[in-house]
Amino acid sequence: MSNTTSTKQSVKQKEKVTDKKVPIFIMGKKYEVPASLTIQKALEYAGYQLIRGCGCRGGICGACGTVYRFPDSYRIEVGLACQTVVEPNMYITQIPFFPANKATYDIEKLEPTGSTMAALYPEIFKCVGCGTCTRSCPMDIDVMDYMSKAIRGDIAGAAKLSFDCVMCGLCSARCPAEEAQYNVGILARRLYGRHIAPRAKHAQKAVEYINKGKFDKGLKELKKMDMESLKKVYNERESEPQMAEEDWIPKSKKYIIENNK
Amino acid sequence: MSYTPKLKKLIKIVEKTRPARVEKKKRGEEFPEMSLEEREDILKYHPDFKEEGRSEIKVGPNKGYKISNEIVNLLHAKSRVDPDQIDLANPDYETDVLIIGGGGAGTAAALTAREKGVKVLIATKLRHGDANTMMAEGGIQASTKSEKDSPYYHYLDVIGGGHFKNDPELVETLVTEAPKVMTWLDKLGAMFSKFDDGRFMTLHGGGTSRRRMHYAGDITGAEIMRTIRDEAKNHPNDIKVLEFSPAVELILNDKGECSGAVLYNLETKEYIVVKAKATVMATGGSGRLHIQEFMTTNHYGATGDGLIIAYRAGVPLKFLHTVQYHPTGAVFPEQAEGLLITEKFRGAGANVVNIDGEQFVYEREPRDVEASAFIRECTVRGKGVPTPTGKFGIWLDSPMIDLIKGEGYVHKEFPGKWILFHRYGIDITKEPMLVFPTLHYQNGGLEINKKGETAVPGLIAGGEVSGGVHGENRLMGNSLLDVTVFGRISGITAAEYAKKKAKSGKLTLEHVKKYNKALEKTGIKLNGRVAPMVLPDYSNPEVREKQLTTKYIGTLR
Repeated sequence: MSNTTSTKQSVKQKEKVTDKKVPIFIMGKKYEVPASLTIQKALEYAGYQLIRGCGCRGGICGACGTVYRFPDSYRIEVGLACQTVVEPNMYITQIPFFPANKATYDIEKLEPTGSTMAALYPEIFKCVGCGTCTRSCPMDIDVMDYMSKAIRGDIAGAAKLSFDCVMCGLCSARCPAEEAQYNVGILARRLYGRHIAPRAKHAQKAVEYINKGKFDKGLKELKKMDMESLKKVYNERESEPQMAEEDWIPKSKKYIIENNK
Repeated sequence: MSYTPKLKKLIKIVEKTRPARVEKKKRGEEFPEMSLEEREDILKYHPDFKEEGRSEIKVGPNKGYKISNEIVNLLHAKSRVDPDQIDLANPDYETDVLIIGGGGAGTAAALTAREKGVKVLIATKLRHGDANTMMAEGGIQASTKSEKDSPYYHYLDVIGGGHFKNDPELVETLVTEAPKVMTWLDKLGAMFSKFDDGRFMTLHGGGTSRRRMHYAGDITGAEIMRTIRDEAKNHPNDIKVLEFSPAVELILNDKGECSGAVLYNLETKEYIVVKAKATVMATGGSGRLHIQEFMTTNHYGATGDGLIIAYRAGVPLKFLHTVQYHPTGAVFPEQAEGLLITEKFRGAGANVVNIDGEQFVYEREPRDVEASAFIRECTVRGKGVPTPTGKFGIWLDSPMIDLIKGEGYVHKEFPGKWILFHRYGIDITKEPMLVFPTLHYQNGGLEINKKGETAVPGLIAGGEVSGGVHGENRLMGNSLLDVTVFGRISGITAAEYAKKKAKSGKLTLEHVKKYNKALEKTGIKLNGRVAPMVLPDYSNPEVREKQLTTKYIGTLR
């Protein structure tokens, strides 16, 4: 099992010290770190025990928003520390938290309109359209575009454009108009999901059947079955083909609802 | 960090066999599924069956039970803090329900407990929502399409996937609550992928007999987590959240009930006492223990703390002898190592192939079987693809998907993965991904009944920290379902306990002292070990050796 033992490399960074080293500046202080590391692993390599600024380590939780720049450039660059590989002479700081306005609401009672947006986040009209938010997004989302859709009341547009948002808050941290873009984004998505996208009626029907006990008999049979019979039923169960059309119907109708439309 | 010339050459071999495989897929011809006997046989390649990876628990309710060394080491460790130093007479917080863990299960529990009219305090190690739930990609199973599916078939799939060892009552609860959870999430406004008429789109997962995997792009868990977190934040008066405050011990009272927990403020290093009428354990999994030194898909805080402190309080463990390795974790590029590549790629039509571009396993076997087949291919059969860091991988042939489902499908359905690999200079619509099994899920955990109750009155558990519902192996799409179903149930059970059953009594940590004493009695060398672990240590060992005073001043060590 050579493969299992070689996974040591991913756990213990000691073996990586043979890598080529590059200088980075963590909050202005110089450290030499292996060139192949992400910013997150480089911080740990330098000796930091991360508490803030580290979550899923997989680019989706938004805990590790990071800004950096290089000495010969005026540009402020952004990235998620767990996804961005170090480069020589990076000046790095993490922004693990940035205070932002979060409206509270009862999603049931809201309407999916621009006036709802305006009532809950009146500051959206302060947007100056500078595009800094878009340039600050580590997920390459066109933040300014979804904000302008929210302002115009295009809730569906704002919801879809903001879908990949990890809510790291870098947009908000750099916004001259003091917006909380990512909170506007989640509101748009929930408004869309609740009030614009049609309800999943088939799921509601399934719940009704369950509440009426339509499947109780079958489940009772399974729960009482001896191991051999259970294995037999399992092995012989009919499988929906991978490429079947959505309206595929199984041959055996005993444990489903016939004519469910 | 695009593919090296050597790997690019190997990709040519995959490209050669691809057209024929795509045609086969279109015709509905699959690589033959294994029989139950073949499955059993291949499992000998699974890490669970490596004898030197396991040892016996010497103390507590599961004395004699053999599970992975990494967890046993934490069970054979003393409390982080001397129980006598903690002032239980003056709690820092009092609440109806304390929820330990701010992931999917904890947040779902907070919402249902609040609906029952109680005050909730969530204590969480990292930020609210930084949890494995956030990282679950593929989907959530539920039999919502009654004309072809029902809880009957879902039950069969779950119990067959778990090698028929699952707790039948828990499975029944899981599958019958599943459609209810889907309507709940739909009503909360979670943006699931739907047809124009509102019908959920669904796919197959490993071991499913019906296409019942509901999804929100390839970030289903993130969509669920951010939606329920937003909902929790809409009730700031009823649901309070303490971030960066993991629980390090449970508190009992002199009547044997769970009455809260001792928290540790990671930033100020204070120990905090929370008194509660009922407590929900929702701390999730333990991938960061790196069992058998495997890489992991889990989030930073997944160190199994809840298992340890509940075990000390007397809750038995179940099914912890099995650990789930997700068959498809990235092994290239190195920065993405261990990263989850959702099973949905295989559900959407991608084959898995070896270095010769040949299929060697049906791509939708249950996860333990699939992972074992990968390990066999890379070890005894020698057909793995060598990576630049000296490991081996299997090709996940993602370019097949657009060829089958039409151009643009991958881009639309896997936006997260597309961007990620794009950043590394890899276009997954044109080039396959290199994968190997990665530590993914704690199949077992605390023993619960279908209401989430544990052996300790007033202590309720739900989600990955519990064991029984998945038996010895969980199917894809049943973890998001587990956290939402049993999270919601835990909240209700806890609220009812807090309102009707909770007695008041004197708070105590006697159980911790007893456990420490029992440990001493066994004569095991503890080497100064303390538990729970709280956070893994990835710092440079050379630096650590120079951190001479870390024992005395405020760090975690």
